[in-house]
Amino acid sequence: MNFNFSEDQLLMKEEVKKLLDKENSVKRNRNVLEGEDKFDKELWNQLVQMGLTATTIPEEYGGIGMGFLELCVIAEELGRGIAPVPFSSSVYLATTAILNSSNEEIKKEFLPKLAAGEIIGTFAHSEKTTFPNESGINVNFKSGKISGKKVAVPDGDIANFALVTAKSDKNQIGLYLVDLSSNGVEINSLDTFDPSRSHADIVFENVEARALNNDAWSDIEKLLDQSAVLFAFEQVGGAEAAMNQAKDYAMGRYAFGRAIASFQAIKHKVADMYISLQLARSNCYYGAWALSNDAPELPTAAATARVSATKAFYECSKENIQTHGGMGATWEFDCHLFYRRARLLSSNIGSQGIWKDKLITSLEKSNSPT
Amino acid sequence: MDFNDTKEEAKFRNEVNAWLSANAEKKEHAKDIYRPAEMSEDSESGESSALKDAKAWQAKKYDSGWACLHWPKDYGGRDAAPMERVIWGQEESKFKVPGGFFEIGQGMAGPVLMLYASEEQKKRYLPPMAKGEEIWCQLFSEPGAGSDLAGIKTKAELDGDTWTINGQKVWTSGAHYSDYGIIVTRSDFSAPKHKGLTYFFLDMKSPGVEVRPIKQITGGANFNEVYFTDVKIPDSQRLGEVGDGWKVSLTTLMNERLAVGDASGVDFQEIFELAKDQDFNGDTAISNGAVREKLADWYCEQSGLKYTKMRNISALSQGSTPGPEASITKIVSANKLQDIANYGMDLMDNASIARDEETAIFQGSLLGAPLIRIAGGTDEVLKNIIAEQVLGMPQDVRVDKNVPFNEIPTGSKN
Ligand SMILES: Cc1cc2nc3c(=O)[nH]c(=O)nc-3n(C[C@H](O)[C@H](O)[C@H](O)COP(=O)(O)OP(=O)(O)OC[C@H]3O[C@@H](n4cnc5c(N)ncnc54)[C@H](O)[C@@H]3O)c2cc1C
Ligand SMILES: Cc1cc2nc3c(=O)[nH]c(=O)nc-3n(C[C@H](O)[C@H](O)[C@H](O)COP(=O)(O)OP(=O)(O)OC[C@H]3O[C@@H](n4cnc5c(N)ncnc54)[C@H](O)[C@@H]3O)c2cc1C
Repeated sequence: MNFNFSEDQLLMKEEVKKLLDKENSVKRNRNVLEGEDKFDKELWNQLVQMGLTATTIPEEYGGIGMGFLELCVIAEELGRGIAPVPFSSSVYLATTAILNSSNEEIKKEFLPKLAAGEIIGTFAHSEKTTFPNESGINVNFKSGKISGKKVAVPDGDIANFALVTAKSDKNQIGLYLVDLSSNGVEINSLDTFDPSRSHADIVFENVEARALNNDAWSDIEKLLDQSAVLFAFEQVGGAEAAMNQAKDYAMGRYAFGRAIASFQAIKHKVADMYISLQLARSNCYYGAWALSNDAPELPTAAATARVSATKAFYECSKENIQTHGGMGATWEFDCHLFYRRARLLSSNIGSQGIWKDKLITSLEKSNSPT
Repeated sequence: MDFNDTKEEAKFRNEVNAWLSANAEKKEHAKDIYRPAEMSEDSESGESSALKDAKAWQAKKYDSGWACLHWPKDYGGRDAAPMERVIWGQEESKFKVPGGFFEIGQGMAGPVLMLYASEEQKKRYLPPMAKGEEIWCQLFSEPGAGSDLAGIKTKAELDGDTWTINGQKVWTSGAHYSDYGIIVTRSDFSAPKHKGLTYFFLDMKSPGVEVRPIKQITGGANFNEVYFTDVKIPDSQRLGEVGDGWKVSLTTLMNERLAVGDASGVDFQEIFELAKDQDFNGDTAISNGAVREKLADWYCEQSGLKYTKMRNISALSQGSTPGPEASITKIVSANKLQDIANYGMDLMDNASIARDEETAIFQGSLLGAPLIRIAGGTDEVLKNIIAEQVLGMPQDVRVDKNVPFNEIPTGSKN
């Protein structure tokens, strides 16, 4: 049995980590957070050059034909580096949605460009303040055009195109591809909690749209489950980075004549982070297995990974600030960058309450949950 | 990323399964556990019939070469690889077979004998231990020393070839049915605390050993006080050098961590079923959002432990040894057990007050969980181990190191 990533996959993980370390991804996060740029184009180009945007795209569509497992290890490293790039929107979501689709025309047109990083896609779903269920989609699709408003779309002001959830004449919710430079698209950038990742409200007024032929709610649920595993890996990467920061700081900081790492209150705090992280990581591995095998257990596995990774990143990032004392409270230290990112990732693709509910729903559907 | 056996593992699993199927009854579902043939309300005779059954099953396994698989053949084992032992455990758990009683001997005393006993002693004691013929207990904790094991005071004095032991042990699980025990004593009171310890094994029927059961909060009495009055132990039964008892104890404790697994009792499945059945404000409990959130948290913990174990087994299968990382299992599972039991009783509301078939397992778990959080290393001690041994954080500043043992402060509760 080998319930782990392969040597090649671990090697790839190491390569991504090296790149992000070399490029000082955390510092780049701060630059975007403090500056005018919506994302770090240089870093994005480096990721593209490394072939990361092409990971899951088959060779016939210009990709490199690897699988979701490779994407999981990449996600973990992007999380560790809190990278200020639209990778989750364009790769976990938009690319996966197009791969899931049976629309050959769209695949042929978009996948090669996504692989080459020539275009960036996103997923436009929420319409109100809450993450929508089936009845929450009111953007409509009629005779080839969509109208309505999507809110807080991740990378909505970066992406070239969006996959928009909309209701058809037949009252079915489906995914529609919209070129964001089309007439009738109005994009308003938002001030956000974590400005290292851009978000925008988008209004569509009779905008040309193409159906992805994914017109069942279950297709959208599946896309969310698939991306949840990837988001969870990103969260685990961030959580581990925050735990290590806390530990390293505590080893080097002395108070009362000794390293604060020798105070049990701090040791137990870090041990708790470790426990939460291990549980999340193990659940992520199971999620990765279910994702890469397209297993019927995916809904349960994805929700489990997502819920525990959200918890782990929150706990690690908040206690990392605490461990830093006054320094943790400063803008200058990086602790808050992780804290912000932890919060943002918890909200992207639906909050903790939503995923907990999804988890129990999927357990109710399966006969033997354990 | 797969759960598949290697070819050799699959072959071995088949072999295990064939033997188990021929010799035991398969469980129909997870809760279909073994129960002693002669069930009794009286816990003492209930224990003795469970013991009889467990011994019979262990002997059967031994006779066919399925006891203590990873031990050398010469000592009653099978020379099996670590992964084969894991496979055996996975398969055996699918059958309705008795267990308990042998973990301390086989899991802790055995490995220590293997390292420190003479060849002759190993041949004499290990096979009956593997067979379940002779049961062993662990005489470590004392009224004044539990977490701080090196603080023990039971005194050992050497005269010629014979040691004389005086003092008291406490919380000794199974002492009342044990044939032998491993014991750590203090042979030098003026040396620093970790330097004056000496480790032995002894016959529990030696004159001067007195075992007094202690009633636990569960109502049962599985642990004991054990008094030693001029108990004689031959020097040949010393394990390790005089004054080296701490080192030998650490070997034992390391194995204890592996021997103590998941907490048994109510788990996610039980609370999930209960929530589906139970009324809550005119609806089922499970349709309530607050209930669903709780359930989700426990499911994530249960699943996280399950796949952490899989990762450890996978590491084993790939040839590496899991370390103190395994400490998280007991912390998480014992606390989960306690919280699920408490919440289950909360959902049952008034009905949880009386003891009946449905409430019994929740009540039993609620009373049993605190014991598990303490036994084999408390939550706090295990977190210290994670911080120090897994994460490399510094030890606490100590006031008791390099001080003669008889000058270390003690309190009114020692
Ligand atoms: C918003 C804000 C306003 C402030 N205003 C003022 C002010 O007006 N005047 C002023 O003088 N100071 C002020 N301070 C400083 C504040 O008092 C210190 O930040 C605080 O006492 C912690 O000290 P530290 O930052 O050096 O952290 P450290 O002492 O280095 O602590 C780091 C971590 O170690 C833990 N730790 C330290 N010692 C122990 C121990 N013995 N046991 C267990 N854990 C321990 C801490 O709890 C913390 O988690 C302010 C701080 C903040 C954040
Ligand atoms: C059901 C059961 C079975 C047992 N079976 C056996 C057995 O077979 N053989 C045997 O030898 N022993 C056995 N024990 C004893 C067990 O190992 C001890 O109870 C345990 O190690 C705790 O020691 P203590 O009871 O002296 O508590 P103490 O060590 O006095 O601890 C009291 C509290 O203080 C905390 N504490 C102590 N030191 C620290 C520290 N450094 N940092 C933070 N907190 C600390 C503890 O976590 C605990 O919460 C058993 C116990 C139980 C409950």
